[in-house]
Amino acid sequence: MALGVGCTARPGRAKDNKTGSWRVFKPKFDSEKCSKCGMCMTICPEGCIREENGLPVPDYDYCKGCGLCAEECPSEAVSMEKEEK
Amino acid sequence: MMEIMEGSHAVAHAVKLSRPQVIAAYPITPQTHIVEALADMVADCHLDAEYITVESEFSALSACLGASAAGSRVYSATTSQGLALMFEVCYNVAGMRLPIVMTIVNRSLGAPLSIWNDQQDSISLRDSGWLQYYAQDNQEATDLHYIAYKVAEDHDILLPAFVCLDGFILSHTYEPVDMLTQEQVDSFLPAFTPYQRLDADDPVSFGMYATPEYYMEFRYEVDQAMKRSLKAFSAAGKEFAELFGRDYSAPVESYRLDDADTALVAMGSICGTAKDAVDEMRKKGRKVGLLNVRTFRPFPDADLAKALSGVSRVAVLDKNISLGAKGAVALEVKDALYGSGIPVLDYIIALGGRDVRKKDIAAVVDLAEKNQGDLFYGLRKEVL
Repeated sequence: MALGVGCTARPGRAKDNKTGSWRVFKPKFDSEKCSKCGMCMTICPEGCIREENGLPVPDYDYCKGCGLCAEECPSEAVSMEKEEK
Repeated sequence: MMEIMEGSHAVAHAVKLSRPQVIAAYPITPQTHIVEALADMVADCHLDAEYITVESEFSALSACLGASAAGSRVYSATTSQGLALMFEVCYNVAGMRLPIVMTIVNRSLGAPLSIWNDQQDSISLRDSGWLQYYAQDNQEATDLHYIAYKVAEDHDILLPAFVCLDGFILSHTYEPVDMLTQEQVDSFLPAFTPYQRLDADDPVSFGMYATPEYYMEFRYEVDQAMKRSLKAFSAAGKEFAELFGRDYSAPVESYRLDDADTALVAMGSICGTAKDAVDEMRKKGRKVGLLNVRTFRPFPDADLAKALSGVSRVAVLDKNISLGAKGAVALEVKDALYGSGIPVLDYIIALGGRDVRKKDIAAVVDLAEKNQGDLFYGLRKEVL
């Protein structure tokens, strides 16, 4: 985000706030175990998992590390790992 | 032209001359006469401003916030419980860097309910990012409004400002006031040029949220603007003095401090009484002086330390109390004089409108000379 005087922002700039900084645990996706069911993409409250060749690709700029993807994955292909910053 | 005017009416007239475009306020004692007078001026077409009537002080300052963001010169006035109700909006106005000027007619805060004067209300907003100027008499109360607009609207500053005058003691007292003409005020205070504003053709949002990576930087910038405003205040004060002959350029005003052993420090109307008390004590050969703190925010610690550098002790008259600690002015003075070895004694005085007479000021000096301080002055015996 830009440091505008008076905390001002132009339209559409909310995406400049990279909410991924809030994360404590980072989801790690194991493509070997993934069944490509798409549950993680459906369940992600941030809508920040996209699909590439059927496989889930997280956007760590906005993933807050809530862990829902890991909790719901039927193949246990997502693990939450403590992230050192 | 010199006129005998009630303090509130003098302030209302000075506000009119400052050409505010939007006024939103809610009447509350002892501020009421100011906003009543302004409402009359708008209704009678003597003042070309939008006067927004609201149902609370929260709404009053919220309307002011929006109007200022839209690019208008904005005015409000309040006191005590009304200011308390504005608390949240005050912080937002400062963070959004909107140069609103608001008169605070100082009054104590409940409970117990009291309509009388002390300075607890504005002091309680000391950390909000509003400039705070305290007037000693009604002439200064009027003149500080022009200076406040000039400083607040400076694009290097962009901060809101309180102009504080003591409730009843100044607001309801008739004093001679030299009222400037419209042409004179216009020559000092040009039309408002907003730094940025709400505009449907060039959209911008004010007061967006900041993540932990950025929040501190916004607060830092407000703090830097606060500190820069001391120079802007002095510059505006000098320009005002050159044009009209009254000099408010010093953030702290020294009175007979040159060879003083005991220095009183105070803010607002009590300084008038203290000056008379100092004169009487000087006649008796006592080396006493006064430092009048005109700008409480930003706090002029370097000016204050310089002015007090030669004294043996400092007695601070605080018309407020940070409960569980000390008076807010004394805390600042102690900080400014830290390492100097000069003892700073605090006297909580005149809370809830209790009168302060010259003999009370002399009694405080007596206590200070005996090194007795950090106390509530003049308490009733039954609580001791």
